[in-house]
Amino acid sequence: MNIVVNGEQREAAEPLTVAELLSTLGLRSEQVAVEINLKILDRGDFLTWNLHDGDKVEILSFIGGGCPT
Amino acid sequence: MNQDPLIIAGRTFRSRLWVGTGKYQNFEETRKAIEASGADVVTVAVRRVNITDHKSENLLDYLDPKKYTILPNTAGCYTVEDAVRYSRLARAAGVSDLVKLEVIGDERTLFPDTAGLIEAAKILIAEGFVVLPYTNDDPIVAKKLADIGCPAVMPLAAPIGSGLGIRNPYNLKIIMETVNVPVIVDAGVGTASDAALAMEYGADAVLMNTAIAGAKDPLMMATAMRYAVDAGRLAYRAGRIPRKLYATASSPIEGML
Repeated sequence: MNIVVNGEQREAAEPLTVAELLSTLGLRSEQVAVEINLKILDRGDFLTWNLHDGDKVEILSFIGGGCPT
Repeated sequence: MNQDPLIIAGRTFRSRLWVGTGKYQNFEETRKAIEASGADVVTVAVRRVNITDHKSENLLDYLDPKKYTILPNTAGCYTVEDAVRYSRLARAAGVSDLVKLEVIGDERTLFPDTAGLIEAAKILIAEGFVVLPYTNDDPIVAKKLADIGCPAVMPLAAPIGSGLGIRNPYNLKIIMETVNVPVIVDAGVGTASDAALAMEYGADAVLMNTAIAGAKDPLMMATAMRYAVDAGRLAYRAGRIPRKLYATASSPIEGML
């Protein structure tokens, strides 16, 4: 299947859960927020949520900030 | 200063200096500067993670969320929709309902869009967020924000990153007298005396980023700001003497030859 992760096209083998995708990317689930097709996913669902062809995934985290730059 | 804690929405904070985590050279410098500042509230932004560099580190590896209250902001959001979306993402990325709400009105000044701010605050408060709004030094807007349920208001001293210091001390003073929630002076501080002045006027806390991160020696400036905020707070509580036009002798006249 093809998914878009943070604006980048990626090919991935099905089935793929959100937790598996994060692990492939070297990300810790407790440090990120995940939005799929504009809907925010609860962290508790990362392990069971399967991604589908065409999904647009956004993975966000905290970065240094205090003022808008 | 532990006998004088800052309490917002039932949360108790030890330090009245809050700091941002942007503009540092690296995470290690961020960590050291924040430690030197004594702050226990640190603001962060929410952005896409770097998915191409697997070795990229996370800010939270350097700032223990058990030690610091992580306050996500909605910096860079110019619309109500974006500010609400980023607030929800911040809550999903973190562990709390706290958000420093920014709805920016203009790129050049980064002044808040106060109409959008009130609208976004209403939406987020209804969703259970604890909204700390970055607002203008406008007493009417500050009062509206407090009235709709913001447990503190954060008026600017001057444009973000400008270092101009407090441009309108009288408006800030009116805000402090008008709203019945803590007032945190946010943005525009340039040096230690600016922070001390804000506290002497009666601010409950000061939030800054560039003044520390942009200093030649951020760690030293962080320490200076810590002292300035403490000194200003103590002077405020101690109560300054009234200003008089003429002298009043400090030494007695009796006993003179």
